[in-house]
Amino acid sequence: MKKIIVDSLKYKYPGTDNLALNDISFEVEEGEIIGIVGKNGSGKTSLSLSLTGLIPHFFGGGYGGKVLVDGLEVRNSTVTEISERVGYVFDNPFSQMTAAKYTVYEEVAFGLENMGLPREEIKKRVDWSLQLLDLESIKEKYPFDLSGGQMQRVAIAGVIAMKPQILVLDEPTSQLDPEGSEEVFQVIQSLAQEGITILIVEHKLEKIAKFCDKILLLHEGQLIDFNHPQEVFSRDDLKDYGIMPPVFTRVCRALDIKNPLTGHYPVTLEEVTQLVKNHE
Amino acid sequence: MNEIKTENVSFSYDQKTIVLKDINLTLANKPTAIIGQNGAGKSTLVKLFKGLLKPTEGDIWINGKNTKEFTAAQLASHIGLVFQNPGDQIFKHKVIDEVMFGPLNIGQSREKAYQNSIEALKKVHMEKYKDENPYDLNLSQQKLVTIASILAMDPPIIIFDEPTIGQDDFGKELLKNLIRDLAAEGKLVLTIIHDMDFVAETFERTIVMNQGEVILDGPTREVFAKEDIIKLAKLDLPHVMQMAKVFGIEETVLTVDELITRLQRI
Ligand SMILES: Nc1ncnc2c1ncn2[C@@H]1O[C@H](COP(=O)(O)OP(=O)(O)OP(=O)(O)O)[C@@H](O)[C@H]1O
Ligand SMILES: Nc1ncnc2c1ncn2[C@@H]1O[C@H](COP(=O)(O)OP(=O)(O)OP(=O)(O)O)[C@@H](O)[C@H]1O
Ligand SMILES: [Mg+2]
Ligand SMILES: [Mg+2]
Repeated sequence: MKKIIVDSLKYKYPGTDNLALNDISFEVEEGEIIGIVGKNGSGKTSLSLSLTGLIPHFFGGGYGGKVLVDGLEVRNSTVTEISERVGYVFDNPFSQMTAAKYTVYEEVAFGLENMGLPREEIKKRVDWSLQLLDLESIKEKYPFDLSGGQMQRVAIAGVIAMKPQILVLDEPTSQLDPEGSEEVFQVIQSLAQEGITILIVEHKLEKIAKFCDKILLLHEGQLIDFNHPQEVFSRDDLKDYGIMPPVFTRVCRALDIKNPLTGHYPVTLEEVTQLVKNHE
Repeated sequence: MNEIKTENVSFSYDQKTIVLKDINLTLANKPTAIIGQNGAGKSTLVKLFKGLLKPTEGDIWINGKNTKEFTAAQLASHIGLVFQNPGDQIFKHKVIDEVMFGPLNIGQSREKAYQNSIEALKKVHMEKYKDENPYDLNLSQQKLVTIASILAMDPPIIIFDEPTIGQDDFGKELLKNLIRDLAAEGKLVLTIIHDMDFVAETFERTIVMNQGEVILDGPTREVFAKEDIIKLAKLDLPHVMQMAKVFGIEETVLTVDELITRLQRI
């Protein structure tokens, strides 16, 4: 089932001349994990915002084409209606904090309370979410007295607890330690297995290659490619879009080691490991 | 020669929870990385260096000046800190005013401050945004503005708290070169960072923090040889090392080129 349909989307911020999103079309199936990549200013955040309805409803500007999330046309729906289906993690965790709550626990519970869930269910979900993001030991702390990475974990926890059908995350691991980044991707993977559809903006291409079903490559507001990681990271022109393939791919390319099964250079450590095993 | 020295430094925000425990470090001109899990105390430690917080116990000397005896403002021309969160640093409504604030504040003339600020913005490729409102920029651009603000003051000691947040490959390369250039100019450059590939490629010395303590400190190559400690601190080996292991290479490998050369031999 198609969970997201973007059809000829064009968008221009108010007071600007260039299209931040220039004729973008793609479709996402339920339970897929899509990695959005591209250099700074390529339109990743703008595309994510257009799935939440903040573009165009909050930002205004010029808008053309169509975005459907879970059958709902974004342009003709309110941000509140959309937010019942689409959860959003901002690139800056400060933007996510409600500034209305005194503890991490309450902060994570905030969205659930607004959903009007029973108390027991709220508690269950908050505890689950706090545990997934390793926040139990600081759940009584004031959300603004946290380290940067701790605050980013709180931002993710609050959205995950709501279990939205569609989850859009804008660079959610930018301040996480390496173990935390890996854990967030594992959580995302298990949510996708439950049928949640995920779009994640991320510069860590080794993670994208390992966890995403498809990559959406943006450049100057245009969609350059929407394909499996092996295909995208094998492109010869990636440099033109300001992207370096994962380390594993770069090394294999230099040594001309291809995966005979795919005909492409390996993109994950797991793939390299398998190749070396087969060779032995 | 620039130097940061700490002696038995401990710190607590609330007199109850210990955030830093008995830190003894001498930092000199080698480009140095501080790595460690979220909440380890990295940002707190550099705020102490900058004089924004004072040790609960112990002493810190910045080029011989005990931070307890000077205000952060008095230390400003000696040590610059780029905050982890640009929102904690930015407060002006025009990029150029934001960048000029520091230089003016430490007594540079308007003309000199302007010149240095433009130079600094050029170094991070942000000069075309000089008349924009920093609050209209996105996170990766705000980060570059805050870096320029510190460069414009030209302090002998510069600390970057997670400079690569939000940066693409081009931005990371730019920062790598900037750090090398600053070190080559004789500055003491200290960088907190979670990107292990960047650490391996850029820094000579690496300090690992865990739960308020320094648990490892040495040449980057030796630090990444201690996988058990790296994992304990919730960190990881650089991707090239992870890959080297698959090919049975157990020694530390720090860059893509190094690994390629090694593999070409087998
Ligand atoms: N609020 C805004 N007002 C005007 N222009 C904007 C605004 N936000 C973004 N833009 C512009 O739209 C384009 C796309 O920006 P966007 O933030 O979507 O890129 P991005 O890929 O998320 O970049 P980054 O990697 O730096 O986060 C850029 O040219 C940017 O300058
Ligand atoms: N203003 C504050 N008041 C109380 N506790 C604080 C404050 N700032 C930080 N802390 C706590 O001090 C500890 C160390 O925080 P610090 O910001 O130094 O960590 P960090 O190593 O920089 O982490 P990160 O990688 O997430 O940025 C954390 O447990 C944090 O919750
Ligand atoms: Mg963005
Ligand atoms: Mg920090």
